[in-house]
Amino acid sequence: MEAVQTIDLTKRYRDTVAVDRLNLSVRQGELFALLGVNGAGKTTAIRLLSCLARPDAGDALIEGKSVCREAAAVRELIALSPQETAVAPNLSVRENLELMAGAHGFSRKEARIKTGEALARFGLSGIAKRRAGKLSGGWQRRLSIAMALLSEPHVLFLDEPTLGLDVLARSELWDFIRAMKGKITVILTTHYLEEAEALADRVGIMKAGRLLEIGTVDEIKARAGADRLDEAFLRIVKEENA
Amino acid sequence: MKLLAFSRRCVLEILRDPLNLFFGLAFPLILLLLLHTIQQHVPVALFSLARLAPGIAVFGLSFMTLFSATLIARDRGSALLQRLYTTPMTAADFILGYTAPLLPVCLAQTAICGLVSVLLGLRLSFRMLLIFPASLPVAVFYIALGLLCGSVLNDKQVGGVCGALLTNLSAWLSGVWFDLHLVGGTFEKIAHLLPFVHAVELERAALSGRAMLPHLAWVAGYALVTLIAAVLLFLRQMKKR
Repeated sequence: MEAVQTIDLTKRYRDTVAVDRLNLSVRQGELFALLGVNGAGKTTAIRLLSCLARPDAGDALIEGKSVCREAAAVRELIALSPQETAVAPNLSVRENLELMAGAHGFSRKEARIKTGEALARFGLSGIAKRRAGKLSGGWQRRLSIAMALLSEPHVLFLDEPTLGLDVLARSELWDFIRAMKGKITVILTTHYLEEAEALADRVGIMKAGRLLEIGTVDEIKARAGADRLDEAFLRIVKEENA
Repeated sequence: MKLLAFSRRCVLEILRDPLNLFFGLAFPLILLLLLHTIQQHVPVALFSLARLAPGIAVFGLSFMTLFSATLIARDRGSALLQRLYTTPMTAADFILGYTAPLLPVCLAQTAICGLVSVLLGLRLSFRMLLIFPASLPVAVFYIALGLLCGSVLNDKQVGGVCGALLTNLSAWLSGVWFDLHLVGGTFEKIAHLLPFVHAVELERAALSGRAMLPHLAWVAGYALVTLIAAVLLFLRQMKKR
């Protein structure tokens, strides 16, 4: 079974088609990157897949469960780390993790165990008592991903996970994301091409809501007749303009 | 567990904001002390503790609207709520999580106001305990109003509407600062159509042993209607997210 499958998934906002008949399949354990310039429809696609928005047409299946008809079952399988920092600022790092454990219905004992594991795994133990709102951007993003992974989701959506981070913080987050490969299915959106190249098993290139190209980085480079991914990306996107 | 975790988070977010503590607790107590001091220096009974303490208690509760509306509006504007919407939490978890934990905060606030009033000279009696059940519909009204405002306004608008406008309107139209008969006319009629004066009179009645029912009916009616409207508007914004 595919971890994620979309069938003519479409979302419109007034006159704009944000996602236009998106068809893609992501295998279990795969790390898939959605690439595109601003307004390409990446975040809308993630919102549709994570049940935050309802499609106007088509459907998406998460491990066979429909986001339209079985949203509650889908929510049991997924987790999202949104583009903006999604932490409770007045809660400590530990309390934020406990909040997520509680939101997923873990008992108090389970929540304590999961929180302890997440603190250790993400190197957050030293700042467990600090208020999340007082952390740097890099630490907040790290906490945000730890919160998303706490429920051991089958499918994790990372929306622009390294946006606005410095080189060191980005590199550290890449290591965390790499460590998830093969264990859970990850769909990440990014407009950093080097991020997709470094992390993704396959990438999809979106523009104006449409999926223009899909494949491994090498396949996309070969199809575009380019040596580098950024070159291939520009050719594909510009070709679409012509 | 979902509701418990979310409720805990909401109450911690509110209580850890020093401005909330100031406006919700310190400010009403400062007013209580100030007006009590004034009363001691004037020959007429302007602010007797038996009338002032219930009024200040209700005034303090009016800040609950600001606190809950600010929290909800901020959450709506942040990615945290989006993240929580992708969890198995239900609409009921969100609505109860935003409202229920504020009830004990309201009761604690009423208790502190009562305690300070006793220290200032209010006669201690068993009847005082009636203030707690009398506070419940008042608290539900203000908390529901917060849910309603937080569901439709952004956090800046909430500051203006619930912070500046509501707390002032609630105070002027409640008869805490002055007797509404002194103004009379349309002002008094409007005031009696709104719940604020009934909220204060309900608590005064509880404290003095007078009949609570007419005021209770007004406040409970407003609380129920506001709560229903708030739930519907919250569900609407949840769908629209």
